Amino acid sequence: MHGIGVFVCHCGSNIAATVDVEKVVEMAKLEPGVVHAEEYQYMCSEAGQEKIATAIREKNLKGIVVCSCSPRMHEATFRKCAEKAGINPYMVEIANIREQCSWIHKDVEEGTEKAVILTRAAIAKVNLNTSLVPGESLVTKRALVIGGGIAGIQTALDIADAGYEVDIVEKTPSIGGKMSQLDKTFPTLDCSACILTPKMVDAAAHEKITLYTYSEVEKVSGFVGDFTVEIRKKARYVNMDKCTGCGVCMEKCPSKKAPSEFNAGLNNRTAIYTPFAQAIPNVPVIDPNQCTKLKTGKCGVCEKFCQAGAIDYTQQDEIVTQKYGAIVVATGFDVIKLDNYDEYAYSQSKDVITSLELERIMNAAGPTKGHLERMSDGKHPKNIVFIQCVGSRCNDSKGKPYCSKICCMYTAKHAMLIRDKYPDVNVTVFYIDVRTPGKNFDEFYRRAVEEYGVNYVKGQVGKVTPEPDGSLTVHGVDLLENKQLKVSADMVVLAAAIEPNPAVRKIATMLTASIDTNNFLTEAHPKLRPVESPTAGVFLSGVCQGPKDIPETVSQAGAAAIKVVGLLAKDKLLTNPCTAKPDELRCNGCSVCANVCPYGAISYEDKLINDHGVRETRRVAAVNSALCQGCGACTVACPSGVMDLQGFSNRQIIAEVDAICR
Amino acid sequence: MSINNEEFRPQIVAFCCNWCSYAGADLAGSSRLAYPADVKIIRVPCSCRVNPMFILRAFEKGADGVIICGCHPGDCHYSTGNYYARRRMTLLFSMLDYVGIERGRTRVEWVSAAEGVKFSQTMNEFVETIRGLGKNVRLGDLRCKK
Ligand SMILES: Cc1cc2nc3c(=O)[nH]c(=O)nc-3n(C[C@H](O)[C@H](O)[C@H](O)COP(=O)(O)OP(=O)(O)OC[C@H]3O[C@@H](n4cnc5c(N)ncnc54)[C@H](O)[C@@H]3O)c2cc1C
Ligand code: SF4
Ligand code: SF4
Ligand code: FES
Repeated sequence: MHGIGVFVCHCGSNIAATVDVEKVVEMAKLEPGVVHAEEYQYMCSEAGQEKIATAIREKNLKGIVVCSCSPRMHEATFRKCAEKAGINPYMVEIANIREQCSWIHKDVEEGTEKAVILTRAAIAKVNLNTSLVPGESLVTKRALVIGGGIAGIQTALDIADAGYEVDIVEKTPSIGGKMSQLDKTFPTLDCSACILTPKMVDAAAHEKITLYTYSEVEKVSGFVGDFTVEIRKKARYVNMDKCTGCGVCMEKCPSKKAPSEFNAGLNNRTAIYTPFAQAIPNVPVIDPNQCTKLKTGKCGVCEKFCQAGAIDYTQQDEIVTQKYGAIVVATGFDVIKLDNYDEYAYSQSKDVITSLELERIMNAAGPTKGHLERMSDGKHPKNIVFIQCVGSRCNDSKGKPYCSKICCMYTAKHAMLIRDKYPDVNVTVFYIDVRTPGKNFDEFYRRAVEEYGVNYVKGQVGKVTPEPDGSLTVHGVDLLENKQLKVSADMVVLAAAIEPNPAVRKIATMLTASIDTNNFLTEAHPKLRPVESPTAGVFLSGVCQGPKDIPETVSQAGAAAIKVVGLLAKDKLLTNPCTAKPDELRCNGCSVCANVCPYGAISYEDKLINDHGVRETRRVAAVNSALCQGCGACTVACPSGVMDLQGFSNRQIIAEVDAICR
Repeated sequence: MSINNEEFRPQIVAFCCNWCSYAGADLAGSSRLAYPADVKIIRVPCSCRVNPMFILRAFEKGADGVIICGCHPGDCHYSTGNYYARRRMTLLFSMLDYVGIERGRTRVEWVSAAEGVKFSQTMNEFVETIRGLGKNVRLGDLRCKK
């Protein structure tokens, strides 16, 4: 191709400091096909783009190479610019001379040499680029939200208020998530249920929202704008249409030994249960592992007492298939298991509890009706020790490397609430650092110290030992006083790290959304696209993306919703034109390619082929460009080497290899 | 071989899938995690786009090492691409070993978008290995040489 233009960006000094941009321009000019090369401070700026557009018009360029930051950053910008200037947007290639070059090499000579080579490769590729035209696909105007915690509820409400249908899939019997288990919330100390329940009711009552509780996503196929999802509605053994929510079944159920998930296992529930009194929907489920009737055929008490005739022991799981344009993941978090932290005696003493368990103990609807009691003997504790960062900020494989972010604040909250209600209780907090960045957060923490007299000790705890008299000895250090401490306590509360819900792996795999080493879902860009996953049409809301408190969760939930609304507002989407294409003349219809295509995009048709004058009907591969996502699996599988990928063709990639290895 | 490993700058081609490893390389870059300039990255949509021909071509044209990076198993943007890549590369690499391109010159590594550190470490290690192995001469296309 003749008529290539090369544009080298300084990126301020980001590139220019370690790459001699003038040299890159000079070397680019020597490459075959290049008729124009220039450098500029900021190619992505309006002035930079204007330079590119002018050169395209004046020099009649056919293709351009921009040597700049990663194509993941500005490929779209430069494609748009090229299109405006009158050439096909796919006649643009980016040489990534910032992330892959100037930022990691300190030596100017080395950096420049590499930049020249990367530029050469991009020129070699653009030489073989062809004009590509995106196709169109329709958008299904319905969204799916996976997870019905505060994140999922808020996202669904915001999408529904904008006028679109939303389904929430929640795996437990009720929406609400962790927030429903909390007692009061920092930094205002308002009651969690009082602010959450109205939102739950709104979600249930909204004409645009459908709740699938006690349900899980089973299978996802399709792509942005057109996902097909199978939802498994687990058998509740209670008919939702008939149940009035009177609760008599729960009163009468003789099987009362299942640990209550809602009360963090501190007390028991019946086999037929709603997780909590304000559950939505207020329809119980029967736990098949606990129900005597389902296990042995005997009992049937609930059926006898249910006036509405809602009990149905024969109910089966049901699969619902639904189409969606967008999917939001809001699967939240769990508190880590404390198996690795036996030095704190969590498994040895009932009086060593997690903060989440403390939330339940302090809650009026909890196992102790809101009275601060030891779980071992029901006695009122006089000395409570909080241990911070249990499993957070760990530099070994025992715990998590990150800060769980919410623990400093909720411990200040717990300490304050305890001192407020029980001024006779001494509260000591062992901490590494107190982290309180957030509106009114530091003020809140200082109140705990100054107004409520909470004793903060900077230092870690090595061990907690249960004593024969039922008390606990906490062996810690005071770093500021530089001394060992032994504190006697009646109760120890561990601020255990939070981690993404373990089920998120399965969800991420189904959605082909990526997760990081800690199982948090990865955002498309950590700063600029924080609520989008790298997979188009998949969005992130709440703690599944990273630790956060409720205010942050709600903001992110709204942000995810507006992204969904922006997508659903479109009638059509442009599809990626970098799709596979067989050379029909040489395809022998062997059927190998269709086997490897994950999207079923390849079929075979009998086609009249004109092979150098010989006209005959042959069976050849045909790619449905609306389904093809452009992975390229088929191109490598094809034994005849005739399936190729537009935009990443065999010739283009080999040209890059040649240019690099020249 | 008369090559002094101190001065030997290997030629290394890294194929990176767009969704995970290329993003991991970007993260290595923005986090300023250095690795030798000998590594040149070629962006492919998925690790399954890497045709064994590309690798042969690279060795023929003088590459001293070729590395293919993709998403972790199970995380491929196209679900299954990296499984194909893994199978293909296992076969190809043993074949290459057979014709004299040592195992150390070829590698498959899974690097996620969040693993800038791993990307940089992998590249440092790989370059070190290739430096140890020295110049690759086995697949050089004699006709191409001046
Ligand atoms: C002890 C403690 C105290 C806290 N105190 C405060 C406080 O005072 N103030 C404050 O601002 N924040 C506080 N927080 C933080 C707060 O709980 C979180 O910010 C908030 O709950 C996050 O909401 P979420 O919707 O992202 O996650 P979650 O509340 O975890 O909700 C996720 C939902 O998704 C469901 N789910 C998970 N996987 C699936 C699946 N595969 N399919 C379907 N559904 C699924 C879950 O069942 C759950 O209902 C506290 C946290 C803890 C642990
Ligand atoms: S490139 Fe991938 S998605 Fe497209 S037809 Fe080939 S295998 Fe299927
Ligand atoms: S694998 Fe190649 S030759 Fe076989 S049907 Fe597909 S495109 Fe045609
Ligand atoms: S997209 Fe990364 S390996 Fe397939």
